[in-house]
Amino acid sequence: MEYLIRFSQSHETFRLPEIQALALIEKVDLKIVSYSLESPFCIATLPSEDAARRLIRRSILVQSIHELWGSGATRSALHASIREHSADLWPLYQTCSFKFTFDSYQGARTSETKKEIINTFSYLPFNGPIKMRNPDQEFVLLEDWPWNSVPDGVLDPNYFYFGRLLGSGARDLPQKLDLKKRRYISTTSMDAELALVTANIALAAPGKLYYDPFVGTGSFPIACAQFGALAFGSDIDGRSIRGNDAKRTLRGNFEQYGLLDCMGGMFTADLTNSPIRRAPLGKAAGESDGVSGRIFDGIVCDPPYGVREGLRVLGVREPEKTPWIIPKGMEMYKLPEFVPPKKPYSFLAMLDDILQFSAQTLVDNGRLSFWTPTANDEDQEIPIPTHPYLEIVNVCTQVFNKWSRRLITYRRIPDTEVDPEKVKAREEEESTQQLQGKTVDELNPFRRAYFSKFET
Amino acid sequence: MKVLTLNFLTCAVKTCKSSADSFPLHPKDAELAHDDIEINPELLANVLPRIDWTALRTTSTELGFPELPAQPPTVEELEADEALLKELHSLLLETQMMEGKLVCGCCGHEYAVREGIANFLLPSHLV
Ligand SMILES: C[S@@+](CC[C@H](N)C(=O)[O-])C[C@H]1O[C@@H](n2cnc3c(N)ncnc32)[C@H](O)[C@@H]1O
Ligand SMILES: [Zn+2]
Repeated sequence: MEYLIRFSQSHETFRLPEIQALALIEKVDLKIVSYSLESPFCIATLPSEDAARRLIRRSILVQSIHELWGSGATRSALHASIREHSADLWPLYQTCSFKFTFDSYQGARTSETKKEIINTFSYLPFNGPIKMRNPDQEFVLLEDWPWNSVPDGVLDPNYFYFGRLLGSGARDLPQKLDLKKRRYISTTSMDAELALVTANIALAAPGKLYYDPFVGTGSFPIACAQFGALAFGSDIDGRSIRGNDAKRTLRGNFEQYGLLDCMGGMFTADLTNSPIRRAPLGKAAGESDGVSGRIFDGIVCDPPYGVREGLRVLGVREPEKTPWIIPKGMEMYKLPEFVPPKKPYSFLAMLDDILQFSAQTLVDNGRLSFWTPTANDEDQEIPIPTHPYLEIVNVCTQVFNKWSRRLITYRRIPDTEVDPEKVKAREEEESTQQLQGKTVDELNPFRRAYFSKFET
Repeated sequence: MKVLTLNFLTCAVKTCKSSADSFPLHPKDAELAHDDIEINPELLANVLPRIDWTALRTTSTELGFPELPAQPPTVEELEADEALLKELHSLLLETQMMEGKLVCGCCGHEYAVREGIANFLLPSHLV
């Protein structure tokens, strides 16, 4: 059976990755029949009505899903299509209560024309009562109007779809987690809608373990917890976890949303000196069952870009020039007020650290989803980082005026699927870098100045 | 810090990683708290294969809980045994270390835990 998915016309490149992830979570066999970035209407085949409802119940970018009864470029084509495709379904709805509604994308109808149009459906043998509130069934005429059709006085839409409404997405969740109403946020908190989409694409679900190594105020763990996962986080800045007063803390955010049961551990740590135990890769790993020694089902994060949030790792910037820092640390480090020195680090090296960490801590088929900025200009684009143990699942882009940011998602592939040639290439690259005694920073094409352009 | 989290944490010092003594970290002067959390068998079944059982036995004894069996249950055994589910749920998810220190058995470094948040930042001579 064909179903019509009505997306919201925003975050277009995230829509298919989200719905495909939901199909995996709900174990639903989804086949896309027609889809375009320019349209909110998508036709798909699904095994059942129940599968259709489950597929979209936690979707952020789907508004509704319908059993598709017919479609066409003109009203007469639509009616012919309904007669041809859905006549066998009509008897099922002969006696139930029902109503007709309109979903006019980029268009509008007066209530008079709506009535006129509804009357053209009088051949449907619906004898039950019309109920405007909570009818047994809702039938929807979805219309795809051209851009600006109201001011331009366009008379008819480009396309019609007619369907029986089955269910709606989770449009209430972005409102529930809205940053404007959240107790504790910072300038880099991820907006609720995109954090939820990220959690969906990363397959967060009840009983699973998720981790954000750059947790800040906790937007990603909260979104994962909202979908039932146990969510962990850490940050090099302990203040971001402790917050600024008793209520305005990361824990307080979980509390505000009634999600405390899904809060795992939160701690202060530098990803480049992480205390999380890791499984060795390669031969040292031996025969793997794909789970033992590993911890997480998903890792989701927005790493520091190094402009505003200060990308820092533990260490001394120029030890030769400041020889007193290390001895002073040795003397002072046990005091509670001791602040360990930090130094700048390269963004690309940090991305590689995230990939390596994920390869070592994700279970088989676990997902890594992280955000990175990039230039809109093609030849300044930042390459998508790769790792032999991680397969790129999809790349979604959110475009701003001068720059864009991407959500890149990987799957931890089972060891048996890893290409040994790629492992060798990676090992060689690592050893030549060490041999040349170069710092990651020197090898890095990426410059601070480069990113400072994205500031506005 | 849940006891579950302690099972995922080792010493942050790179030279300690290869030593078996750096895991698990040993609680010192630990103040514990108990949270009431709804039991989630699905979560426990998912978590079980990721637990390092030997380390969990050590942590549990060091925190003053009764000794755990020498061998971990299988997922099937766990799902069938309600008492065991409850015990593991209470230990792994409801028990929190709020204050104290986590000590590395290899280098002796002590990581402070305050208000349930452990601090793994290292001074420069250990990075
Ligand atoms: C873009 S913010 C993440 C914000 C977070 N998603 C939120 O919703 O609040 C990046 C975070 O990375 C942290 N950070 C920077 N360097 C780090 C490092 N080496 N290890 C761990 N965290 C680091 C910063 O303190 C900052 O909180
Ligand atoms: Zn140590």
